[in-house]
Amino acid sequence: MIHIIIEGILAYAATVGFGIILNIPRHALNVAGWIGAAGWAIYELIVLKSGAQISLAQMAIGMLTAGLLIGVLSNWAARVKHMPVILFNIPSLVPLVPGGQAYQVIRNLVTGHGNIALDYLGQVIAIAGMIALGFLLSELLVRITYRLRHVLKAK
Amino acid sequence: MDEAQLVMDTALLAGQILLANGSEIARVEDTMQRIADNAGYRYANIFVLLTGITMSLPDGESTQVRPIHSRTIDLEKVAQVNTLSRQFASDEIDLPTFYQQLRQIEVAVPTFPFWLQELAAIIVSMTLMVAFTGIDAPVKLLFAMLAGGSGYAVFYYVNHELRVRFLSEFLASLVIGFVAYVGIRWLGFTHVAGDAVIIGALMPLVPGVPIMNAFRDTMSGNYLSGPARAVEAVLSVCAIGLGIAIMVSLW
Repeated sequence: MIHIIIEGILAYAATVGFGIILNIPRHALNVAGWIGAAGWAIYELIVLKSGAQISLAQMAIGMLTAGLLIGVLSNWAARVKHMPVILFNIPSLVPLVPGGQAYQVIRNLVTGHGNIALDYLGQVIAIAGMIALGFLLSELLVRITYRLRHVLKAK
Repeated sequence: MDEAQLVMDTALLAGQILLANGSEIARVEDTMQRIADNAGYRYANIFVLLTGITMSLPDGESTQVRPIHSRTIDLEKVAQVNTLSRQFASDEIDLPTFYQQLRQIEVAVPTFPFWLQELAAIIVSMTLMVAFTGIDAPVKLLFAMLAGGSGYAVFYYVNHELRVRFLSEFLASLVIGFVAYVGIRWLGFTHVAGDAVIIGALMPLVPGVPIMNAFRDTMSGNYLSGPARAVEAVLSVCAIGLGIAIMVSLW
């Protein structure tokens, strides 16, 4: 539990830092940071449950959930604060980026371990695809709730 | 200037600022359409690509084009145009004021000073190194700080002077690789620790905006602009990868 809280704080700091690099408005920084922390914390929670060895499937499910959560929270924040969605979801996406795997692809390619590089490339594609799928689902969810609220209001 | 021309100028300027500072295509089209609607010109035709905007008003004879030659990332400006557009929609400001405010956005919008961006890059490098690899020895953190900080500084200045994003990314990753190499060569870091330093230090350079916009544009049906952004993101990643590959091959 302590571990997840610490990781969450790290993700918060990283998200705020990336927000500063992208020059997002000052009063959006804090919210974006929390969304980033929530996304990374839920990923850690899902992956941790499964023990020491993380399989690709667990990673994929974790990323899917994290992407979904970030997408929903970002849309919500955008609506509440009257600001574009991309201010929130781009910085909070950063802790999820498969930077480590992408680096291993290059490192193993250069040192002549083509098979390992290919393995890591598969991971990069799987993770990126899962995050994208998570965002897609969140967009769908947001649209459905919006529609429902519209329909309910009409009645 | 007659009113139709002012509507056109305002919408085009708003679109131009949005597109040149990292907004997604759907937002550009939506904002421009709203401006025209709220000014009383409904059914304006607006066609936005990643590299240019075309617009015509239904009763007017002329169509106007704005090419977008260079794009940077400054999400504060995107947010600012968004706010102004909302104010215009709720009649808080009139059209000439709106146009004036848009023209001032280039100078009036605050940016974070360089030292703060540098600090942010260092924080991103250090926190994500720990989060990704679990390595948190003070010496390695110091190296992540050095690598991330110098990498971002190179990226910032080269990008500022030459305005070639890919070149600045390439040079920055060379510097990052070099700092990690120093750690391995002279301080006896293991390769795992060297990897960790590089992974952390590269994170501030991640092309987050092109990646996200490639996704959003493709999903919203902009099949020309979305893949074009993906090309931008892939080129960035390749530039970074090339720099790292050169340094790693020296190990």
